Amino acid sequence: MSEHSSSLMPYVLVLVGLLALTALTVLVALVDFGHPWSDAVALAIALSKASLVVLFFMHVKGSTPLIKLAAAGGFFWMLIFFAFILSDVLERTTLVSGWE
Amino acid sequence: MSTNVAAEASHPAPGDKPVHYLNWAYGVRSWLLTTDHKRIGILYLISITFFFFIGGIYATLIRLELLTPQADLVQPDTYNRLFTMHGIMMIFFFLIPSIPAVLGNFCIPLMIGAKDVAFPKLNLASWYMFMIGSTMAMFSLITGGVDTGWTFYTPFSTTYSNTYVAPVAIGIFVNGFSSIFTGVNFMATIHRMRAPGMTWFKLPLFVWSHYATSLIMVLGTPVLAITLVLVALERLFHFGFFDPAYGGDPVLFQHLFWFYSHPAVYIMILPGMGVVSEIIAAFSRKPVFGYRFVAFASLGIAAIGFLVWGHHLFLSSQGVYAGMIFSAISMMVAVPSAVKVFNWMATLFRGSIEYSTPMFYALGFIGLFVIGGLTGVMLATLGIDIHVHDTYFVVAHFHYIMVGSAVMGYLGGLHYWWPKITGRLYSGFWSHLSALLIFLGFNLTFFPQFLLGYLGMPRRYHVYPEEFQVLHVLSTAGASVLAVGYVIPLVYFLWSLKWGRVAGDNPWQAAGLEWHTSSPPPVHNFTTPPVLAPDAEPYHYDEELLTGTPSPELA
Amino acid sequence: MSETSSVTVHAPGLAHHFDSYEQQKETSLLGMWLFLVQEVMFFGGLFVTYVYYRSLYPHAFNVGARELDVLWGTVNTGVLLLSSFTMVVAVMGAKHGSRGGLLAGLWGTIGFGLLFLGIKYVEYSSKWEHQLVPGLNFDWHGEAARGIEIFFSLYFGMTGMHALHMVVGIAIMFFMLRPAARGKWTPENHNFVEGFGLYWHFVDIVWIFLFPFLYLIGLASE
Repeated sequence: MSEHSSSLMPYVLVLVGLLALTALTVLVALVDFGHPWSDAVALAIALSKASLVVLFFMHVKGSTPLIKLAAAGGFFWMLIFFAFILSDVLERTTLVSGWE
Repeated sequence: MSTNVAAEASHPAPGDKPVHYLNWAYGVRSWLLTTDHKRIGILYLISITFFFFIGGIYATLIRLELLTPQADLVQPDTYNRLFTMHGIMMIFFFLIPSIPAVLGNFCIPLMIGAKDVAFPKLNLASWYMFMIGSTMAMFSLITGGVDTGWTFYTPFSTTYSNTYVAPVAIGIFVNGFSSIFTGVNFMATIHRMRAPGMTWFKLPLFVWSHYATSLIMVLGTPVLAITLVLVALERLFHFGFFDPAYGGDPVLFQHLFWFYSHPAVYIMILPGMGVVSEIIAAFSRKPVFGYRFVAFASLGIAAIGFLVWGHHLFLSSQGVYAGMIFSAISMMVAVPSAVKVFNWMATLFRGSIEYSTPMFYALGFIGLFVIGGLTGVMLATLGIDIHVHDTYFVVAHFHYIMVGSAVMGYLGGLHYWWPKITGRLYSGFWSHLSALLIFLGFNLTFFPQFLLGYLGMPRRYHVYPEEFQVLHVLSTAGASVLAVGYVIPLVYFLWSLKWGRVAGDNPWQAAGLEWHTSSPPPVHNFTTPPVLAPDAEPYHYDEELLTGTPSPELA
Repeated sequence: MSETSSVTVHAPGLAHHFDSYEQQKETSLLGMWLFLVQEVMFFGGLFVTYVYYRSLYPHAFNVGARELDVLWGTVNTGVLLLSSFTMVVAVMGAKHGSRGGLLAGLWGTIGFGLLFLGIKYVEYSSKWEHQLVPGLNFDWHGEAARGIEIFFSLYFGMTGMHALHMVVGIAIMFFMLRPAARGKWTPENHNFVEGFGLYWHFVDIVWIFLFPFLYLIGLASE
């Protein structure tokens, strides 16, 4: 499962990437992309950062299929939760006006 | 870290009784600090039996009040506490742990040929979480109980109720860790601790259904946990999550609550289905028909079961289109359940049927599950649910599943594996009698409730119109028969510990690794770790096992 | 009487119910990942609540977010990422039998963790001073007060739950220092360190999502 090299360099590179993405997410937030797009971009950057942590810091990249399935599965299951609840709240907020 | 005390104790002196997991060490410490999955199963057995009877006392009081249309036994506020505590005790402190924590803990390592579960200390921690959580809930019970219904709907539970909601919520939260730890443990055990040659498709279906149950425990319980945290925050600090007065939305609570609580009902039924698969095979002397279909159906029920929670919100101002989606998927979840029922029927067909007590329970399970399941499909139908939501129709539906199926599955499993757990047989006469009493008493209690609900009797009401009294009286009469049926096993099981006939390794002549070790099993389950041949089958009934001897139950 | 399996001599650090270090390691790793799956669902409930209320009160959420200090939030994000890096150093140390590496990594992670919590304390105090703590002293003069109060309920609920997980993590690390110094964790068996590392990275990931959606929303539009 794990490489036997004791070099920290790959992890340093990942850290640099994570810090750069953090800076990026702040800069991007200063620009108004309009309603769904600002959130979409923020989400995309956050997902990229999370993926770097999961794949490299948490060693999922070199791990067994079962571990990969567990990692992906948990995240996927949360998405299901989101999707179904959103179907309800978006229906109620878009069809019923004057919420605020 | 476990010591090697077992090593010394496992070598009996000549002429001594065989050493097994019950007698290799005595004393309170050896039980309260055990990491042996078999002893932990027994710890759970004792604790959940206690809570079953507490929940039963509440049920008795409810049924007594409902004998008459007026409020003559208890105050309305008290009645609210009765049905709330009945639900909480039965669901969280009896049903959810029951089969997994008792029979799953005991049998799974044996069935897969392992020495123990993957994380024995976590297993013990799981029982302690159960004990701590249930003690907190009991504290609330003693100080007057909770009156919100086991569903804790907001803002009543967070703002307006005058009862001890927070301690119960925290108790259930802690108890949730018991579920989560058990789920993690079982999944890791089934993945990593199988004996050599024990491939996935040689596993008993009991193991498959517990794997599916564990998936639900791990994925669903944390959502209940966070929901309870939010309820506690709102109740204690007025964080306005669910109270409209603070801008919150009560429907959000219902979404969060039912996201767990619907899959929770599959936690309660899947293990029972696993028990039924084992019992039907053993007492038809045949492999389960359509093994892979049944195995995948367990996973299917677990997966689809997560997508239907909105059917509890049909009348809660959930959006209509969302409601339609949930309704359609709720009907789909009936499919894998039906697949199992048909496969059990096909297993029985042309089998060599033996009407042992476990078989009585398994057959009862199948019939009552069909009724409960079909009425569930009726409830999933939006048009019907508008009329029967929050009536006794719903109450009858879920009791057919949770009592008629799940509890009978638990009792069937207990009767099936009792000889393995204790090394003793129990009275065939009394066990058959109590199974019959339970079946008849159950139907007399709950079938009238379908009629009551259909005629308009609301749930959680202690008063009702005169014309409903006949049905209520029938229901209470049934409940008294049911109660007798539940008490009798307590007597003969305890009796069997001292005076029951010695069971031997395989009194049922059943297939399965658990029957190829002594009764009770040795501390590390097998004297020689099993290895399976490539052509081994999960339910291998052949001439060697068919000796034609009658049921060994009769004492 | 045939021999019992418990008579075998077991290798040091190998639990009796496992047959090999490999099995023990794979099992322990799987167990930790399954625990993290349930943590995902636990925080997922909070994120769902966030999405739900943000859909209902989009403007209020943007206004509320302007009260948060973007600088502190960004610094804290960096601090936590650095703590994940030091955690990697610790695990690598254990894997290669380097007690010094393990201890340096643990101390580094503890240090960054405490720094994070210190900054959070500064932020929370500021919220208290500005009367933005729901249920205790929340007082908003202006429109959309209800939505803003919900925003702050979520802010405290989510960052508070996250901080609680960090406190637990830091406490565990303190308890790890002595066994680490004594060489308890070897290249064959350092499952505890690796498992804890996974937990710590998970806590970092939660913050990776909390930061943009609590601190940075409405930055451009308000």
